[in-house]
Order: sequence, then structure tokens, then C-alpha cells
Amino acid sequence: MAGLLFLIPIALGMGLIGLIAFLWAARSGQFDDPDGAANRILVDEDRPLPPSESRDSGE
Amino acid sequence: MTQAENNLVAGCPTGLAPPETTSAPDPSAFVRRVNGQSRLSLTIRGAKCGACISRIESAVKALPGVETARLNLSTGGLEVAWHGGLTAIPIVQAISSLGYGVAPQDQGNAITDEQREERSLLIALGVAGFATANIMLLSVSVWAGNGEMGESTRMMLHGLSGLIAFPAILFSGRVFFRSAWKVLKHGHANMDVPISLAVIIAFCVSVSETLRGGEHAYFDASVMLLFFLLIGRFLDARVRRKAHTSARDLAAMARRSVTRLAENGEARSVRASEIQPGDRILLAPGEQAVVDMQVETGLSEVDESLVTGESVPRTATQGMNLLAGTINLSQPLTGRAIAAASDSLLSDIARMLDAGEQRRSTYRKIADRAVSLYVPFVHTSALLAFIGWLLAGMSANEALLIGVSTLIITCPCALALAAPVTQVVASGRLFRAGTFLKSGDALERLAQCNYIIFDKTGTLTFGTPRLADDVSPDLLANAAQLARASRHPLSRALVEAAGPGPVASGVREFPGLGLEGVIDGVSSRLGSAEWVGADIDVASSSSLWFVEGNCAPVRFQFRDHILDDATQTIRALRQAGYGMEILSGDRAETVADVAGKLGVADWTAKASPRDKVERLEALQAAGHRVLMIGDGLNDAGALALANASVTPGGAMDVSRSASDAVYSGGLIALPRLIAVAKQARAVMLQNFAFAAAYNLVAVPVAISGHATPLVAAIAMSASSILVSLNALRLNTMPERL
Repeated sequence: MAGLLFLIPIALGMGLIGLIAFLWAARSGQFDDPDGAANRILVDEDRPLPPSESRDSGE
Repeated sequence: MTQAENNLVAGCPTGLAPPETTSAPDPSAFVRRVNGQSRLSLTIRGAKCGACISRIESAVKALPGVETARLNLSTGGLEVAWHGGLTAIPIVQAISSLGYGVAPQDQGNAITDEQREERSLLIALGVAGFATANIMLLSVSVWAGNGEMGESTRMMLHGLSGLIAFPAILFSGRVFFRSAWKVLKHGHANMDVPISLAVIIAFCVSVSETLRGGEHAYFDASVMLLFFLLIGRFLDARVRRKAHTSARDLAAMARRSVTRLAENGEARSVRASEIQPGDRILLAPGEQAVVDMQVETGLSEVDESLVTGESVPRTATQGMNLLAGTINLSQPLTGRAIAAASDSLLSDIARMLDAGEQRRSTYRKIADRAVSLYVPFVHTSALLAFIGWLLAGMSANEALLIGVSTLIITCPCALALAAPVTQVVASGRLFRAGTFLKSGDALERLAQCNYIIFDKTGTLTFGTPRLADDVSPDLLANAAQLARASRHPLSRALVEAAGPGPVASGVREFPGLGLEGVIDGVSSRLGSAEWVGADIDVASSSSLWFVEGNCAPVRFQFRDHILDDATQTIRALRQAGYGMEILSGDRAETVADVAGKLGVADWTAKASPRDKVERLEALQAAGHRVLMIGDGLNDAGALALANASVTPGGAMDVSRSASDAVYSGGLIALPRLIAVAKQARAVMLQNFAFAAAYNLVAVPVAISGHATPLVAAIAMSASSILVSLNALRLNTMPERL
């Protein structure tokens, strides 16, 4: 029985952490653009390096 | 695809939305200055995929001084912030040259009311979900320990559940309590009344049971009820917000800017709403008139296809009136505004839109009708259970518990999910096929239509002229050398028929007449009959004449061709038993030709926007439920009035806002749209039938006193899941009309 005394608070505490994380995500606008967020992972932000002299001189 | 290749494609590379071709308005009047930073909010049209995000954002960020550019793909809003002397014009040009539509936004893309509502529903849903999961954790131990658990342990678990449930119900239930209170004050009832009653009474009874050390507490049921209902509310709010986003397009048209000329000739970009009758206006080539105007100087061709449905351009000279929506094609025109933006044709049509939409809003959704039958049923059965058991000699406490369990188990979880889930699945399926639904109830209205009216230009036809006859390739190639230097639609059609090739040397364009240039040392002319000196009586605006040196002039005939898939679509719709007619603003012979080729017997030509609305009213009075398909400004009033309306992706902003759905990828999308709408309606009705059947079983169980918290939890979740699974079937149904 004594186990309940710490197991229940642990269970509730973990749930609460999840809830707080969710509230933070919702408030900070992470659910405002679901279509964009799904597509942004596919956006390749790498650009070919410019053929600059600074790169050569750095070697 | 490399970045360079990527940029060659106009518009969204997936083809989900057609590329936009109208040139961007000057948004300088909409730039906001905040802390030395310039900010501009734009609405982007035609951005549908991840590649659009990177193309638009990188094009804007490449401009000097731009600090942030972020596109919201869900709403189409783009926020740009920059430092320094950059003006707004290169920003919109960078975007429109990629093939996207751009319009400035007035207030910035600040969070709208709908967005705020959606977000607060999402947070309420999260809190209810947390509470449901944790109370269920405790409840399961009570149910599992049934008979073995000591009373004090059970009391502690119930008490803990109550402590979690109380704040969760207060927080997540607000939506329902507030709306229920609002209608109760006026002596009415809606679905939120039984919901609020069930949740509040269940909670109070559970508190008293807990204090008494009783066996059954309904904390889990009351929170779970909120959780399921909030899912339905959230989906509903999301579908509705998407509809509102599209409706903002109409306002975007009125927010266009106009180049006003001061008395000293200085040009300044101002908001359309600031224009007074009598103001001098400059209409640049490629620009669309936002207010009705009279031409004072300049000679140019104008495209009025969006206003009148006439696909061949007209020559605009001094003294001619141009209506809002007309696009200037070749040379700059100056003129005087003859009406303020609020009095121009555009606003007339906006008023027709309002009138139509008001009438349409009297449509009662299936879900609302189901609820109005449902609410009295729930209340009566719960009350009867309570009174019945009381009369049968049960204690007030136990009778109340049975009444409450009836109220909970009959609560409309499945009913609340039945319509929104179906709408979300159906609109998702249509979206993947390139059709965008604007409102959830559009599916219901579409499914009920039995008569279809088509506009001609741009709907059944390409909307742009194409070369009609076969001509010798050499002649065509030579004429195209001149035509490549011009933006005139007939020249463009000629070039399209001829394919790529060289441009003649020293080509000059004479507005209203034609082109002149030198091909292989021979002076040649392309243009109207009088321009080439052709001796002909009938002056046809849909032909071009070409002459080389001293040879006889040759004539090129142009016609607006019927869309490739129009015949097939019309046949499919006729087989499905739809009545059809064509209602066009174009000339009678053109309309008759198209109607004859498609085999549509009923057609009307030269129809004004008012005529279209009247014809629709007559049909509706005769008992038809009319589906209107059109793209022009002249269709907007009829689109708003029709029982349901659909518009192609290339249509004007106004028409898009007035319709229920926007399709891309050809007319063949129409039978698919109607098929999916009919299936969605069928699935919705099945869901409601299921919810009713569920109650026929659940009510006797509850009244007989067998609805323990465990039974209630299983029944509620099982019915909600079944309804959702049934809606998911929509994804795999064959598209048959």
C-alpha cells in the first residue's frame, strides 16, 4: 500500500510534465501552421558553397 | 531538382495550384514602420508545398536588407521585415515573378479571432486529455480491485480523481458552459445544454458518492465526455477557419493599391479605398483596374474576360469606360476614376455576394437537425429514469445515480464527431486530388444539387484564344518572329502555335493596330486588317493579318477552344442524371458553338451579372437545387446565390471567395468532387444512424441501472471510435458518380 504513496505522484507528475510541454507548444504557436511544419522538414537549406577565394586562402 | 531548374517552374511545382499571371500591385501603402524596421504582411496565393516555402522565402531573403521572411503555409500569410532603403515593390515582384499571386494585408497577419478560438480549443482538449488519461489510471485500479479493495483506499482514489477532474472540468468545460448559459438565458436549448448538465451533475453526484464512500464515481466519464466532444469542436473550428482564410481573398481585392497621379504628374501608390471619383489614375501594363475608370490618354488593349466573359481583347482609347476587374495588356493608360472603389462594379458584386450568402446561411446542416431531435430525447429519458425508479420505491440517491448515468451514456459523443470527422476526411481526400473545400457544409449542399449551370469562358473553354485553322508552317514561323515581341493575347497564341524561334529585327508595336518589323530584309506587318491594308468588310476582332513585303495579306483565325476534358465531364454528368445549361456573358455565336459541340441544349448568351442571378432565382423557384460553376467577376453574384458553387483555380479572387470549392487540374475534377460529396453525405447519415442505434441500446441498459462507470467508459469510447473509423472508409471508396 505504501507503494501507492509515491507511485501515484510519480505517474501524475509525468503526465503533468507532458501537459506542460503541450501547453508551451500550443502557446508558442507551434500548432499554427501544421501544413508548413510538415513541409519544412523537406526544405533543403544547404546551398552550394560559393567558389570564394577566402576558402582557398584559408587552407 | 536544382534551385535553378526549380525557379523555371511558374507557381507551385506540384501543380496543386495554377500559376498566377496578373502582375503584383504596388503595396507601398501597406508597409508598417516599427522601431526603424519596415514590416509588410502579404497574402500569397498558390503556395501549396514545401518547395513553395523555400522558393518564396529564399527569393525574398535574397533582397538587400531583408531580415526575416516567413511563410505560413496553412494561411498563406507571409511576414517580411527589413532594414534600409528597400521599397516594397521588389519584394512583391520577386514573388510574382515566381508565379504566385500576391496581395497586401491591412492589419498584418496578426492572430485572428478564429485562430485564437482554435488555439484555446486545442489547449482545452489537451487539458481534458491529460485529466482523462490520469483519472482512467486511477479508475481502472478501482474497477480491477472490485470487491477486494478496502473502502478507504477506494475513497482515496476517488478523491484524487475528483481533485484532477475539478480544475479540468472548470477549464475545458468553459466552452460548453458558456454557450449553454447564453442560450438558456434566452429560453432556448442547444446541444451544449445536455452536455453541461451531464458533466456538472455527474461531477456533483460523484463528489457526494465519494464523501459517502460509495462504490461508483463518474469522474472519468464526465472528463472523457469533454475530451471526445472537444475533439469534434476542434475539428469543426479548424474546417471553419480554413473557410474564413479563403473568404479573406475578397477583402484582399478591395485592399489593392492604385497608382494615383497628382496634378504635377507625380505618381503615388495609394489604397484603393482612398480613391475619389475624379482622381487621375495610371494603369500600367499587366495591371488590373480596381475602380471603374474612364480612359483619358493612351492607347492599349484590355482584357475584359473576367468582367464580361469575352475572351478576345478590346482596344481601349480615350473616352472609353473600363470596369473594375479589367486587365490592361500592352501600353500604360491614364484615366479618371468615375466611381469610388465602394461604388464600382466590384462593390455591386460584393453586395450581390452578401445577399446570396445570407440566403445560403438559412441552410440547416444535417448535424443541427439531428441535434434538435436529440436534445429533448436525452432529457426526457434521463428524467423518466429518475422518476420511474423513485416511484418504484428506490431511494432518491440511487434513482439520481441511474438518472445521471442515463444522461452520461446518452450524451452525444458519437453525434458530435459524426459530421466533423467525415468533413475532415472528405476534404483531406479532395485536397490531395487538388480540390479545396471552403466550408464543411459545402459537401452536404453539393451532394443535394440536381442542376448544373456552367459559365463558358475559362470554365468550359481555355479562356484564351488559340489558333483555329491550319496555316503553312513557314508563314506561321515568320509571323511568330513579329509576334514574339508583343504581349497581346493573339500574338501570344500565335507564338504558342509556332513554338520557340527568333525575333525579327527592329520590331515596333503600334497599339490598336499591330506590329511592324524586318524579316530576312523584308519589311513585314502583323495586326488588324486595316494595318496590313487588307480589303475586307467584316472587321473581326478574333483574327490577325500578316503581310510580307508586297505579298497578299494572310489571315490567322483564332478561337477559344473547348477544354480537352469538357466533353467527357459533361457526358459523365449527363449519365448521372444532371440537368445542365450554359450561362455566359459572351457573344451568342460563340456560346452557341460551344453549346453545340458539348451537346448542351440550354444556353444563354450576353448575360449580365444581374441576368445570371435572376436566371438562378427562377431555377430555384422552380424547385431545382442549382450547382453553379464559373470563374469570372460576372459570375460572383450567381456563385454566392447558388445552392452550391465551384470555381476553377484560375478564377478571380472574388469568385473564389464566393464559391464552396476551388478545383485545379481540369474540369474532370468536378465529377470526382460531386462523387466524394455524395459519399460524404452518405457516410454522415450512416454515422447519425449509428448514433441513434447506439442510443436505442444504451438507454435501456442505463435505465435498467446497469450503466456502471466501467460500462459508460467503454460505450462512450467505442461509439466515438466506430464513428471515426466509418468516416475513414471515405478514403478508399471508388469515385463513382
